[in-house]
Amino acid sequence: MGKDVVADLKRDYISKLLAKGQRVDGRRFDEMRPLTIETNFIGSAEGSARVKLGNTDVVVGVKLIAGEPFPDTPNTGVLTTNAELIPMASDTFESGPPDQESIEVARVIDRGIREGHAVDMTKLCMVPGKEVWIMFVDVHVLDYDGNLFDAANIGANAAFKGTIVPAKRAGKGEDYPLPVLHQPISITAVKIDGKILVDPTHDEERVADARLTAATIENGNLCAMQKGLNGAFTMEEVFKVVEISRKIGAEVRSKL
Amino acid sequence: MQSSDSKESVREVVVPGELLAISSKKAGVGTYSEGGKIFASQLGIKTVRPDSISVVPLAGQYIPVRGDLVVGKIVDVGASNWLVDINSPYPSPLHVNEVPWRVEFGETRKFMTVGDIVLLMIVGVDETKRIQVSMQEHGLRKLTGGMVMEISPSKVPRVIGKNGSMIQMLKNMTSCRIYVGQNGRIWIDGELDSIVRAVHAIKMIEDEAHSQGLTEKVKELLERSSGTGA
Amino acid sequence: MGGTPTDLKLIDENGRRLDGRRPDEMRPLKIEAGVLKRADGSAYVEWGLNKVMAAVYGPRECHPRHMQNPERALVQCHYNMASFSVDDRKRPGPDRRSHEISKIISEALTHVVFTEYFPRTSIDVYIEVLQANAGTRCAGLTAASVALADAGVPMRDIVASCAAGKVADTVVLDLGKEEDNFGQADIPVGYVPRTGEIVLLQMDGDLTQEEFDKGLHMAVEACKKISDLQRDALKRRYSARTQDTDIGSTERSEAV
Repeated sequence: MGKDVVADLKRDYISKLLAKGQRVDGRRFDEMRPLTIETNFIGSAEGSARVKLGNTDVVVGVKLIAGEPFPDTPNTGVLTTNAELIPMASDTFESGPPDQESIEVARVIDRGIREGHAVDMTKLCMVPGKEVWIMFVDVHVLDYDGNLFDAANIGANAAFKGTIVPAKRAGKGEDYPLPVLHQPISITAVKIDGKILVDPTHDEERVADARLTAATIENGNLCAMQKGLNGAFTMEEVFKVVEISRKIGAEVRSKL
Repeated sequence: MQSSDSKESVREVVVPGELLAISSKKAGVGTYSEGGKIFASQLGIKTVRPDSISVVPLAGQYIPVRGDLVVGKIVDVGASNWLVDINSPYPSPLHVNEVPWRVEFGETRKFMTVGDIVLLMIVGVDETKRIQVSMQEHGLRKLTGGMVMEISPSKVPRVIGKNGSMIQMLKNMTSCRIYVGQNGRIWIDGELDSIVRAVHAIKMIEDEAHSQGLTEKVKELLERSSGTGA
Repeated sequence: MGGTPTDLKLIDENGRRLDGRRPDEMRPLKIEAGVLKRADGSAYVEWGLNKVMAAVYGPRECHPRHMQNPERALVQCHYNMASFSVDDRKRPGPDRRSHEISKIISEALTHVVFTEYFPRTSIDVYIEVLQANAGTRCAGLTAASVALADAGVPMRDIVASCAAGKVADTVVLDLGKEEDNFGQADIPVGYVPRTGEIVLLQMDGDLTQEEFDKGLHMAVEACKKISDLQRDALKRRYSARTQDTDIGSTERSEAV
C-alpha cells in the first residue's frame, strides 16, 4: 500500500491551515525551503551538482560528447536534457521508460536553459558543420518531496558554473570552462484553495489545483513558463507568480 | 560504553547477525537462534529479560498482530466487504459481518466509502499473513473530522510511552483526542492550533525516538507553543 | 580484458599499484546509513572513486501480482548506472549488464533475508551508481545490505562484498578502473561474515588454482573488514544513548 494514501488524508488538514494563513511546515506562502548546493560532486561528469531543496534531493550531471550538429544550426552545440525519476526516490515513481511526468520535467528544465541562453552554444563548435559538442544535462532524482522543476533547474545552473569542456580529450586544444552567459532560475508555485504557495512539498503538489513554473534571468526578463495540473489561474494570479519568481529567483541566483 | 551513572542504562544498538547471547533463553522479537546462540535479525535495541532476549526494532514495516488497534483508510468497496489500507504490506478486507450494522449484500457503499478513516482491531492473522479486521469491539468506528498523520510503526511505543505516559501528556497538554494505531497512523482531533501543536510534538518524538530526555523535550515544546497559539 | 598499453605500469618495481596501493590493500571506503527520507531504508557508499546510493522499499505488496510467492517475500534488486557515472556517457535505462547484476545481487540478498516472514510481498532494492570506477556491483551489494538493515528488514546477517583480481601476473585486491580494463582476471565476491557463506561469486579471465585460491581468500578477508564498516555505519545513525524509562516496550499497549 503506497505512502500516497496519507497524502490524500492530509488534504483537509492542509486546507484548514491555509484558511488561517499557515502551511504544514510553518513556511510563509512565498518562502522556499532550505536549499543546499554541492558542486563538482561527480568526477566522471564534466560538471555536476547535488541540490537539496527541503527533502527533495537531486543530482544533475553535465556530460559533453563530440557529435554532429543539427543541420539548421551547423555551428552550434546541441543541448539535450533528460530526467530520471527513479523508483528509489519515491514509491510513486515506476521503473521503465520515461513517463509523461519525467518528460515534462526534462522539457521544462531544458526550455529554461535554452531560452534563457544559460550557455553560449556558439562557443561549443569544433568543426563548423561537422563536429560540435553535444551537452547532455542529466537529472537524477534521489529523494522526492515535491518541486523537481526548481531543484533540477538550480542544479543545472550550479553544474554549469563548474563545467569544463574536455577539448583536450577530443584533440581540440586545451580544456576550457563552459561559456556561461546567464543563470535562468525557475521558481514554481501551486494554487490550493485560491492561495498561491511557492516551492510546494509533495503533499502540497498532490492536493494542488494548478501549478505554475516561471523562469527569469538576471535582468528580470522571463524566458520560460509552464502551467500544469487540471486547475486554472486568473491573470492576476499569473502576474503574481511571475513577480514572486523574479524576486526569489534573484535570491536563489545569489546563492549559486 | 557503560555509564557510571546508576540511574541511566545504556541501551545497546545491535545489527542483523550480531551475537546477543549464548543462552537457552527464548529468542524474542527481532532475533533468531541457531546452535544455542541468539543473534539479532533486525537493527534495534538489545533487550534482555529474565526469560527472553529480544531486539526492539528501530525501523520496519507494520506487521499486524492479533489484538492491535489500527487506523485504516477504505481504499475499495466490494459487495460484501470493504478493502482497508492499514499501512501494511497486506491489504485487509473488512467483512460485513465484522461491522456493528446490518449490511445487505451490495449495500456496503451506504455505510462507508472510499476515503473514510476507520478505527479497527486486528482479529486474526493466519500463517500466510492474511489479515482479518473488525469494527465490532467497543470504541471502534468510522472516524470523522480531525486529521491523520503517519509515523514509522517502530516509533509507536515511544509515542505511547511507558504505561501510556507520553500519549497522556500529549492529550492533556493539547486537549486533543488522539488515537495511536499500532500501524503508525495517528488520528488527531481538536482545535486546529492544538492539532498543529500535537503534530509537531509527535514529529519530534519520531525524529528523536532514540535519544534521552525525550519526555522533557516534548513537554518543553508543548509548553512553548501553547502561549503563541501558533 | 584488453592488452595493456605499453606505457602503463600496473605494478611497479616496488610492488606498488597505479594508485600506490600494495596488492592486498583496499581503496578507501566510507559508508553512511539512512541518507534518504522517502525510502524505507538507504545507504550511501564512497569506495575509491565509486559513488553508489542504495534504497529499499518494503516489504510491500508485490507487483506484478502474478510474481507473488505465496510463501515468501521476493527480493527484487534493480541496479542502474546514471548516464553521467562513466566517462563515455551511458544511455539511460537498464542494459543487459545491469539486468545480470540486478539478478545476482537479488540472489545474494535473498539468501540472508528472512523471506518466509513476509509471504506474497516484494522487497525492492534500488542501486544507483552515480560515479563508477570498477567494482560497482560490490559497492552496490555492500550498500544494499546496509540499506536493508536500515529499513528494518529481518536478516541473518549483513552481506559484505569485494572483488579480487589479477594484474601483471599478481593477485590483487579491489581492482581500480585501469586494473579492471587492462588486468588479467576479476573475481567479485559476496560474503556472509557470520557463517562464512559465499552468496555472490563471478570470475572472468585467466587464473591458476593457486591464484584463484589466493584471490578468493583475499576478497573474503576484505569482506570481514567491510562488515565492520557496515555495522559501524548503522550504529552511528543511532549513536545517542537511550534512557531506560523512556523506552517503549515490545508489548502492544492500548492507545485509546
